[in-house]
Amino acid sequence: MANLKNKKQPPGRIAIDGELTIYTALELKDTLLAGLSAHQELELDLSGVGEIDAAGLQLLVMIKQQAAVLNKVLRFSGHSPVVVDLLDLSGLAGFFGDPLLIVRKPTTEGQPT
Amino acid sequence: MIPDEYLQTFVVECRELLEQMEQALLSLEQAEQDPEIINAIFRAAHTIKGSAGMFGIDPIVAFTHAAESVLDRVRGGDIAMTAPLAALFIEAHDHLKELVDHVAEGSQPPEAIERHGQSLIEQLESYLGRTADRQAGSSGETPTVQESRLEREQQSDTVGTDLWHISLRFGPEVFRNGMDPFSFVRCLSSLGSIVELVTLIDAIPPAEQMDPETCYLGFEISFSSDADKVEIDNIFNFVRSDCFIRILPPHSKASEYQRLIKELPEQEMRLGEILVKCGTLTPEELDAILHIQSEYDADQHRLIGEVLVEQQLVSPPVVEAALEKQKQVKDNKHSEASLIRVDAEKLDDLINLVGELIIAGAGTNLIARRAKMADLIESTATLSRLVEEVRDSALALRMVQIGATFNRFQRVVRDVSKELGKDVDLVISGADTELDKTVVEKIGDPLTHLVRNSMDHGIEPADVRIARGKPAQGTLKLNAYHDAGSIVIEVSDDGGGLNKEKILSKAHERGLIPEGANLSDKEIYNLIFEAGFSTADTVSNLSGRGVGMDVVRRNIQALRGSIDLDSVDGQGSTVRIRLPLTLSIINGFMVGVGSAAYVIPLDMVVECVELRAWAKDEGDGQYLNLRGEVLPYRRLRDHFDSEGEPVQRENVVVVRYGERKAGLVVDKLMGEFQTVIKPLGKLFKSEKSLGGFTILGSGEVALIVDVPGLMGQIEHEKETASFPRSGVGMQ
Repeated sequence: MANLKNKKQPPGRIAIDGELTIYTALELKDTLLAGLSAHQELELDLSGVGEIDAAGLQLLVMIKQQAAVLNKVLRFSGHSPVVVDLLDLSGLAGFFGDPLLIVRKPTTEGQPT
Repeated sequence: MIPDEYLQTFVVECRELLEQMEQALLSLEQAEQDPEIINAIFRAAHTIKGSAGMFGIDPIVAFTHAAESVLDRVRGGDIAMTAPLAALFIEAHDHLKELVDHVAEGSQPPEAIERHGQSLIEQLESYLGRTADRQAGSSGETPTVQESRLEREQQSDTVGTDLWHISLRFGPEVFRNGMDPFSFVRCLSSLGSIVELVTLIDAIPPAEQMDPETCYLGFEISFSSDADKVEIDNIFNFVRSDCFIRILPPHSKASEYQRLIKELPEQEMRLGEILVKCGTLTPEELDAILHIQSEYDADQHRLIGEVLVEQQLVSPPVVEAALEKQKQVKDNKHSEASLIRVDAEKLDDLINLVGELIIAGAGTNLIARRAKMADLIESTATLSRLVEEVRDSALALRMVQIGATFNRFQRVVRDVSKELGKDVDLVISGADTELDKTVVEKIGDPLTHLVRNSMDHGIEPADVRIARGKPAQGTLKLNAYHDAGSIVIEVSDDGGGLNKEKILSKAHERGLIPEGANLSDKEIYNLIFEAGFSTADTVSNLSGRGVGMDVVRRNIQALRGSIDLDSVDGQGSTVRIRLPLTLSIINGFMVGVGSAAYVIPLDMVVECVELRAWAKDEGDGQYLNLRGEVLPYRRLRDHFDSEGEPVQRENVVVVRYGERKAGLVVDKLMGEFQTVIKPLGKLFKSEKSLGGFTILGSGEVALIVDVPGLMGQIEHEKETASFPRSGVGMQ
């Protein structure tokens, strides 16, 4: 914990361009997790996202939760219209929008049947 | 409405399940106390209830529910499966079958049936009630029974909202199957407006365990729409197998919500909050529901309260129910994997194609022989062997065991026994004999008729039996076996046998035979297959009206089969049905007569002999002496009136059909040949000795000899003082 605080880094920034969908989810997961572990503060630029689906949304939730677990700061910025649309539809805007929101610990028994 | 194809599957499945149920019930009625059998009945009822629920066919759900509850008690050993209870279940089964039939026709069951169902439910429930007192205080109750009680208690207890509530939990494979959960949500908007949607992200595991291509999402949606449940439900058709879907209509009963909460994977409190957030429930309603729930759980499971306080685990009944649910899903998947439903038409197409392939293959073979290319001949030989195998497996696809058809008669025999007041035991053998599905479908009615006939006329009343020194219980046997390329089905009884004198006098009366005709026993017995013939003294509602046996024979003949009857006075009679195995392709034996080729079904060919060398013409041109055996014969050349000079060395093809043998004299033996039977035109309809035609590889046409037909004709001509027949003009 201590060394994390001392390590003053410039905030990282990852821009997602094009698809944030099931087709790109696998590689994006690695990119995002790598980015998160490298920086204390990470900004995700979503302005270039041309397409997003449920898999993409799920990925954003995952990284947001992971940031909370690691006690790091994660911000999304420049939401493209499709992202805004989906956040609105899913009702998760609040979950992402407020960095102070305490993320519920993922439940283990909650596997969909 | 429900899409037809789903309904179709539902009906087919239900009928299958009902059949299984009936089998199990009948063996139960014979006082077998095998827990597996009761389990089988329970499973059948449970599955029917489940799928009926899916389609929202409430009468079936309500009815099966009552049956299931009783069965569950039986399974638990609380109620003994007695003969009257089994009989009640058989009635229940019949009622269900009627309900399913109405679903299939898309009609509403008439009021009489509904009333009948109601009284059956009451009778079933009386079993529940009686033991409920005895069971009070016991903890062994199952969730099913509890639910039913709760539903009744809370009948009036509905929730205030006028919104639909939809719960969705997508399966892990949804993304990989190319679907986006949100597309269903968007689709939903086309039917109404989404008032509130909560995306459930609780199931997303921590980063390292999370597979980005697996779907972890779920939705709780409250939805305002005028559409009906089916319309809403249809949206999720594509994802149904992969998704947990619950749709609650506006103003549903509180108990429905309670069940929903129990069914969903998330923790109860969390779900409750979500439902409130969705606007589906008010906090007060939620409190009430959870309160009821904990109260009623506390009745049976003391632990539940503590568990709820901990808020870590779901309640044991939920776990139990979930486990059972999973197991059922697995079981279903298992049986689904080993069986595929195929449209019968597709199979017919396949067999047609294989038929064409055989013809084309024969053509290639012929060309190869003509060209005298050894390599090519060899490769066509391999090819034709493979084609033969393809043909066999294609035909095998259509083959089904006759057992299922036979088993249906357990019920027929049971019912008819009751009706007639006779005690009859059905013995089935050869149930694994296979035959073509089209044949199986068409054999049911004639068989039913024969079975009823045997029971009504054949088997005597118990007192007569005892007087004749037979056991009081009559025996009816159904047997099947393969013989000479056909399948033989026997219906035999150990009754009194046919009364020759009665048949003869009746036949004279009806003018079926000329006065003073001398008939063999067999011929006399077979008179009963003539139209308008009945020897019964009294006409019962089962048989004896004189319609039937001739219809049976006509049905059998339409399948290119034959029927005959053996009877021993005082010991019983046997009806033997002989049917071809398949209707479309046969292995043929090709022979040449003059310039024409004929095909004889290979299965019926016993041997080939050179006419001069082996068999000696007895002089009258009708019989051969085949190693001391009298063999009627016929020259195909004469029979079909072919042209051309007789050849030096004629051959006799000895054919057998059933117990009869005959010799066919031909010019040339040309060997085996796979034959696709094509039907002949109407012009040849009256020609009994031809079964069809086939196309040879060379493009020529060969006629297929219908051996039974030909034999019949020979015999007939012998009887009517054989005149040289005119024959069929061939050229």
